[in-house]
Amino acid sequence: MSLVRTESPIVRRTLIGIAMFYLILFIFLPLFIVFATALEKGIAYYFNSLTDVDTVAAIKLTVITALIAVPLNLVFGVAASWAIAKFDFRGKNILLTLIDVPLSVSPVISGLVFVLLFGLQGLFGPWLRDHGWRIIFAPPAIIIATIFVTFPMVARELIPVMKAQGNDEEEAAITLGASSWKTFWYITLPNIKWGLLYGVILCNARAMGEFGAVSVVSGHIRGLTNTLPLQIEILYNDYNFTAAFAAASLLAFLALFTLVIKSLVEFRFRAELKAVRKERAH
Amino acid sequence: MSIEVKNIIKTFDTFNALNDVSLKVETGELIALLGPSGSGKTTLLRIIAGLESADSGEILFYGKDASDKKIKDRNVGFVFQHYALFRHMTVFDNIAFGLRVQAKRVRLSDDKIKAKVKDLLSLVQLDWVGDRYPSQLSGGQRQRIALARALAIEPKVLLLDEPFGSLDAQVRKELRQWLRRFHDELQITSLFVTHDQEEALEVADRVVVMNKGKVEQIGTPQEVYHKPASVFVLNFLGNVNIFQGRVIDGKLYLGNNQAKLPQDAKSNIKSANLYIRPHQFDISRTSQGDNAIKATVKFLNLAGSSVKIDLSAESGNILQVEITQQEFSKLQLIKGESVFVCPKDITFCEYEI
Amino acid sequence: MLLLKQKSTLPGFHLALGYTVFYLSLIVLIPLSMLFIKTSTISFAQFWGIVTAPRTLAAYRLSFGAAFIASFINVFFGFLIAWVLARYSFPGKKIVDALIDFPFALPTAVAGIALTTLYSSNGLLGQFLYKIGIQSAYSWTGIVLALIFIGLPFIVRTIEPVLQEIDPEIEDAASSLGAGRLQIFMRVIFPAVLPSVITGFSLAFARTIGEYGSVVFIAGNMPGKTEIAPLLIITKLEQFDYSGATAIALVMLIVSFILLAITNFAQWWASKRIGMN
Repeated sequence: MSLVRTESPIVRRTLIGIAMFYLILFIFLPLFIVFATALEKGIAYYFNSLTDVDTVAAIKLTVITALIAVPLNLVFGVAASWAIAKFDFRGKNILLTLIDVPLSVSPVISGLVFVLLFGLQGLFGPWLRDHGWRIIFAPPAIIIATIFVTFPMVARELIPVMKAQGNDEEEAAITLGASSWKTFWYITLPNIKWGLLYGVILCNARAMGEFGAVSVVSGHIRGLTNTLPLQIEILYNDYNFTAAFAAASLLAFLALFTLVIKSLVEFRFRAELKAVRKERAH
Repeated sequence: MSIEVKNIIKTFDTFNALNDVSLKVETGELIALLGPSGSGKTTLLRIIAGLESADSGEILFYGKDASDKKIKDRNVGFVFQHYALFRHMTVFDNIAFGLRVQAKRVRLSDDKIKAKVKDLLSLVQLDWVGDRYPSQLSGGQRQRIALARALAIEPKVLLLDEPFGSLDAQVRKELRQWLRRFHDELQITSLFVTHDQEEALEVADRVVVMNKGKVEQIGTPQEVYHKPASVFVLNFLGNVNIFQGRVIDGKLYLGNNQAKLPQDAKSNIKSANLYIRPHQFDISRTSQGDNAIKATVKFLNLAGSSVKIDLSAESGNILQVEITQQEFSKLQLIKGESVFVCPKDITFCEYEI
Repeated sequence: MLLLKQKSTLPGFHLALGYTVFYLSLIVLIPLSMLFIKTSTISFAQFWGIVTAPRTLAAYRLSFGAAFIASFINVFFGFLIAWVLARYSFPGKKIVDALIDFPFALPTAVAGIALTTLYSSNGLLGQFLYKIGIQSAYSWTGIVLALIFIGLPFIVRTIEPVLQEIDPEIEDAASSLGAGRLQIFMRVIFPAVLPSVITGFSLAFARTIGEYGSVVFIAGNMPGKTEIAPLLIITKLEQFDYSGATAIALVMLIVSFILLAITNFAQWWASKRIGMN
């Protein structure tokens, strides 16, 4: 960078210093606390608390929820971003707004609407009860609420990626005789694979970590309708801090893993984006 | 394969891109669609390819209506402006793509595909880049690969959208000549879009000059340059000097000069604009007649195959004149000199009643 | 279906759009409409009574107020962080850049217990704060601190790309015309990023209004004082007061939508001004 374009070194260092201080305060310390508290009572205790019956059940339910929610949201994400990024149509903005809904609505409200739908006093409540189906206060509600809260993740990642890549390659493939499906499979998918990967990882992290919405619909029955975040809450409220943080550390690891993948994807994608932009600029 | 475009109209929202466009391309011709941005030339190309559909009108391939045919049934090779090479495939896979996606019953064996790709790489003189990725190639190389890829499916028609638009001037010139020779060898009916008039005039068999969604003129490069059908074509292709004159008693007065009216002029015209190209003047130190214009030499450009001179006429107009190096060495003009400029010929006339 | 503005050669439009609309209806539209349907079963007077009850108003004041303060503080520091990340290089920058998203990727419950432990009276930071008289847990302060954590990535990630996009040549031009650093900042750089600052603020604000998991542990949850609106909704649900819960939720939803509209508008306005595609 030329000298003209930056501030004096003193100003720069001060600004960096302030920024780092703020970040240490608000990001590093909480991260540190999670692991420090989890390991307070030693490694043995750490692993013990992770193999507690209720905690294991919570982990199981969390994983199952993610295994259902993420693929469903993946298919939606691909379909939605294909329609939005590659075509021009009326009502696109409404669609985009609707996709953003779960991100701007309180998780508690997200859970509430499903109670209103499927709870005993809800719209389908009596019908469900008559047929012996339990949704609210049972795993199905947890899964549905999780789907609601995390479905934008994949779409939001893919839309900018697909938009940036434009339609040229797909059009070229079609002029060369490829069918619709072949075009999508051989041309589009490989191009979006990094964005897709990150979208899935992010969706998964959010699905496993969802708290507010799941808390409302769950029923909090230990060993049965508790996901890992809910289990953490229970342990904490029982003053079992170390165990709570041990469970929390699992999710913290997941969060860190998500960030690693994100950096990787951005690294790959940024170079591509630059190249595409350079070509277009002519 | 011959192509006929009949009365094509195409509108985007409120923008009228093509307004009743018709033209005919004979088998084996190399046609340039020339015009400024927004003239509709790329839109027309894409409609012929099937990438866009017209609001009304017909496209005929070999006399048969192709408007309803899907893109892959039209057997058209399209070369995109920004190449549109598949970035995650090697050059080899890019070229082989069209051959690999064919239906099983018509698909060539892997060996035959390999041989064909090799042939095509030779054809475009890039035998050694097969294993590379598009990002590792230069712009000119990518362009040739895009061409090879389009040719792999043995199209009956080749369509190129501003093929040399994003390349350096020198690479552009080289590829231009290369394309001309290439076409002479393969003889595929080809259309290419360009906004560069030099390119169109140098490469094409015929030029279609377009402006604001309409065809201004169709003709050989010679025709459109020397016999332009409208002021637009005149201005778009090369430099031109404009003389505005009034007609009194059958004589044309241009400033201090008199001129004879061209023979095709009607008797009731009041004023005329004469358009004369730089090479249609003679310069001498003595007046050669009534239509000689007195002017001062302002600027001499001697670097080039001909000499370009800017002169300032008595009336204040700037004249652009071009003479051969030979003529200049006889005259030995210098800056500031006062000379006489005499038009030998007129390219175009515009009349007002 | 003639929704398409232009007939396109790319395949699968109707299939993709159809599935998208179907999924959205099922997952978003129908559930959300429940809020309106349920509210319509009570009279407006009842509705008004619920949402203006002292306890409710206190909860709104807390949720909206704390969110506003936290987002406001985040604007300044978030801008600073975005600036430092976009323009300077320093050791460990890549790690720092990646960690900005940590609050976004971390489950809210984990954030909640971590922050509470940090700021409670015997916590790592809490002990110092309490000594100087700041009660950082079970108070407004604690809630604001938690919301700063949650909202930070939204602001940084919205401003950073815009800062990076600024053409260095423009600054060179301003310099060559005699402008000093501060002037260049105030007159050239800041106006260009202002729309993104507004968008970032709106996003952080919208996100933190309804925040539950990271706040409910540190909040104290005393009705009328430190009870956040989402908690009030849950409490009402546990008492089977569906109407009450729904009414409170509906108000929050409407505010969220208004904020979303403002965000979209700010983005549209920004792209018009800067002429981005």
